[in-house]
Amino acid sequence: MLSLDFLDDVRRMNKRQLYYQVLNFGMIVSSALMIWKGLMVVTGSESPIVVVLRENGDIKFLTKGDNNSVDDRGLYKQGQHWLEKKDVVGRARGFVPYIGIVTILMNDYPKFKVCNVSCLNDELFNAVREHTSLL
Amino acid sequence: MCTNRHYNSVMAALTFGCFITTAFKDRSIPVDIHVSKVMIKNVDDFTGPRERSDLGFVTFDISANLQPIFDWNVKELFLYLTAEYSTKSNALNQVVLWDKIVLRGDNTKLNLRDVKSKYFFFDDGNGLRSNKNITLTLSWNVVPNAGILPLVMGSGHKSLAFPESYETAKSY
Repeated sequence: MLSLDFLDDVRRMNKRQLYYQVLNFGMIVSSALMIWKGLMVVTGSESPIVVVLRENGDIKFLTKGDNNSVDDRGLYKQGQHWLEKKDVVGRARGFVPYIGIVTILMNDYPKFKVCNVSCLNDELFNAVREHTSLL
Repeated sequence: MCTNRHYNSVMAALTFGCFITTAFKDRSIPVDIHVSKVMIKNVDDFTGPRERSDLGFVTFDISANLQPIFDWNVKELFLYLTAEYSTKSNALNQVVLWDKIVLRGDNTKLNLRDVKSKYFFFDDGNGLRSNKNITLTLSWNVVPNAGILPLVMGSGHKSLAFPESYETAKSY
């Protein structure tokens, strides 16, 4: 009876760990995106959109860099004077600060990664120990 | 014992708290805009698609008390003045003429006089001349510590009309 219960616990623990890793990975990806977009807005500078036109139901944008006063036409395709909706990749909508700091710390200080993994190992070890001592 | 996991959830809770306690606030305030000088030229727009385009020059005053917008979750305001009008070739035109960043802690009583437009007021064509109805509005993007970045338009706008003829003098 000891071995059966023990195996069940370990299997359950591994699934939870797996879900945790999946969520962690998803959070890393989405937080990287959010930081990038947030920085676009918060770098203490100027509006990226200066002109919006509506012509026959179509919408044309003229953008400019965030730290100069010239429009972006020099960066558009040869002969292109306006951006259309399909050229706009996205818009900053919100700001979630420091959500990726754990990831950044783990990159800059690999010792943190070991700490994190050993945390999981400790939890796993403790949970297993608890269950076995009950029996 | 490591506390990474707890750190994550505490930060998440704080961030959400920041966001939710200020998410539904009304960020609009009354704004007073006054226009002192208006001029129009017809010039070469080197980056544009045509030979000559209308270029407007507007000098304006802005008064507003930004104090009610700021709270502990507002890092800064990004203010911008938009000119909105309609021409034969484009039903709706919106051009940003000027912008300003107001950080938390800066003087919130805005009282600007004789401000010239920061960015070129080019029309996509020649539709500014004799245009009787250009509307100036002040809007702002509220940049929070955490949460949504709302775009708010101030209440209060100013209409102006451009003259019938182009200015030929060199200076502005």
